[in-house]
Amino acid sequence: MTDSTAPSRRDLLTMIGKVGGAAAMYQAMTALGHAAETQFTGPPVLSGAKPGASVIVLGAGLAGMAAAYELQKAGYSVKILEFQDRPGGRNYSLRGGDSFTESDGTVQKVQFAPGNYINPGPWRIPHHHKALLHYCREFGVALEPFIQLNHNGFIHSTEAFGGKPMRYKEVATDFKGHTSELLAKAVSARALDDRLSAEDKEKLMEALRNWGVLDKNMAYTSSLKVSAQRGYDQAPGGGRNGAPTPSQMATLQDVLDPQVWTAMSFYFSYVMQTTMFQPVGGMDMIGKAFAKKIGKIVTYNARAMKVAQSDKGVTVSYKDVATGQMHDVSADWCVCTIPLSIISQVDMQVSPALKAAMKAVPYGGHVKIGMEFKRRFWEEDDNIYGGHSFTDQTITQLSYPNDRMFGQGPAVLLGAFARDLAGFQLASMTPQQRIETALKQGEVFHPQYRKEFLSGVSVPWSRVPWILGCTSAWSEENRKAHYKNLVTLDNRVVLAGEHASYYGGWMEGSILSGIDAITQIHERTQAA
Amino acid sequence: MRGPILRLGALAILAATPALADSPGGRPVKIALPDGRQVYDQICAACHLDKAQGSPDGTVPALAHNAKLADAHYPITVVMKGQGGMPWFSEMLTPAQVAAVVGYVRTHFDNSYADPVAEADVKRIAAAIKGSEE
Repeated sequence: MTDSTAPSRRDLLTMIGKVGGAAAMYQAMTALGHAAETQFTGPPVLSGAKPGASVIVLGAGLAGMAAAYELQKAGYSVKILEFQDRPGGRNYSLRGGDSFTESDGTVQKVQFAPGNYINPGPWRIPHHHKALLHYCREFGVALEPFIQLNHNGFIHSTEAFGGKPMRYKEVATDFKGHTSELLAKAVSARALDDRLSAEDKEKLMEALRNWGVLDKNMAYTSSLKVSAQRGYDQAPGGGRNGAPTPSQMATLQDVLDPQVWTAMSFYFSYVMQTTMFQPVGGMDMIGKAFAKKIGKIVTYNARAMKVAQSDKGVTVSYKDVATGQMHDVSADWCVCTIPLSIISQVDMQVSPALKAAMKAVPYGGHVKIGMEFKRRFWEEDDNIYGGHSFTDQTITQLSYPNDRMFGQGPAVLLGAFARDLAGFQLASMTPQQRIETALKQGEVFHPQYRKEFLSGVSVPWSRVPWILGCTSAWSEENRKAHYKNLVTLDNRVVLAGEHASYYGGWMEGSILSGIDAITQIHERTQAA
Repeated sequence: MRGPILRLGALAILAATPALADSPGGRPVKIALPDGRQVYDQICAACHLDKAQGSPDGTVPALAHNAKLADAHYPITVVMKGQGGMPWFSEMLTPAQVAAVVGYVRTHFDNSYADPVAEADVKRIAAAIKGSEE
């Protein structure tokens, strides 16, 4: 980089941008180590829309509303049909006074105090989900930190630590320490000589000593130094009894329990890394902001029954769920964001390839349980402010509220977040059984549970009538066989939603797919 | 039931779940499902509901009084491969559990297909599915 005649990275990028356009520039930035975080480079530029061109959007979730918003901006005439009586789709929150009916007819009434809520669907936003954050910024949706990694949250396994919940900082420090000691032993025993030079070995041993907090014999042992990471028996204080005392480390066998490394590895996930965000006051603030921006173009309580298309346009037949009356609405194009788990209810006139793709995507069955307690004992008694605790029991996870910390009065925590078999098991229960399970299993972490409990609501996504599933779960085989067909404009109909993205289960995926859907429509109109 | 086989099973579930989705961070839970009735009541009923009546709109089909269960090959294939919005269970249930629950549903909920379903049938179909995907 000292050669003054060589172009600087910035010069190079400018040149590439001029020659190859934004896409080439983006690719080059990625190759040079910039960007790479999202495919979002800004809202779509859809210039030159034909006057009067119209689009009907099915579904007022984030994919549909982002599509509608950008289409309107470009000059298209847009209408949305929405099955429910509210915007947002899975982007919603449950508050006191709301009720929720499951597919078997069971009704739950939410009894939370004013201001309290749970987000049954999306609930956290990675800092690199730039498309979603772009719209939050543009619409003035207030965001606050979502406390993802809390070192003071609990890790619980029924098969380790005598069944006692441990703090994340304790087990993560111990896992690191024990494995560092083992690796140091392997290096000392010359077991890695074929991979490491003498200098490498020296550097690695130094790293293990410091990273693993090993003692002078390269052993992981309880000490004040180790306690400075995993916590103390008696924490440092002031005055006469200020001296700290070390805590006792856990055994290697205990920290090899998969619950430990599963949690550690979870926090390394690209989509789980800090900083994360949540809207102030509930996730539905985002859906509401979109709805306000797009204006009165949404027909609610409208159930799409049939999508017919010709070379000239699209006609959607829908039923007013309140009156049972059928209506038709026609447009030049259609963006369909109806989840694939229920799309078989709609008579879709599309190509066999798209039809096959629509049937190829299974849905997960996550369950969340919101529980309101009289006070924030997790903060007051246990020093846990936001973040998570994990367990190998059915409830799988507890998550603590990230807002209004130190508040007085009732607060809501997430008492279960389960998937796969655990999710189905909770979903199969009655609401009362779910709450009882959450209380019983959650008591492992917080003995205060029963005394402080007020009420709870459980959302089993496989029994949510308007979707019958949580999020798309593409298998690699299906992705290979069907993804392209699913996301490609089919004459005049194009699908969008998290299922039409590589970001399944994230709002970012919904928005990016909505943008790509309307970009395809726009390109087709420009080509014609 | 403890031991290396179960551990591998747990890892397989991890691998099967899309790594990127917004999912819980806890490790997959082990659930005791000793017989077909337990598998149905605790897992299948999540969507097909407690009397196997399916969702009211028919999107999740009723398993009660269902002629498609006459040949066990069909329900075994659906459970192992998934269908439509239903996920594949080949990585969540053991072949013995799949055989047990298919056998249970075929002889309950107003179904009376008495020919037994064996674990070996499930394994054979699983191998065939795997072969067709490769």
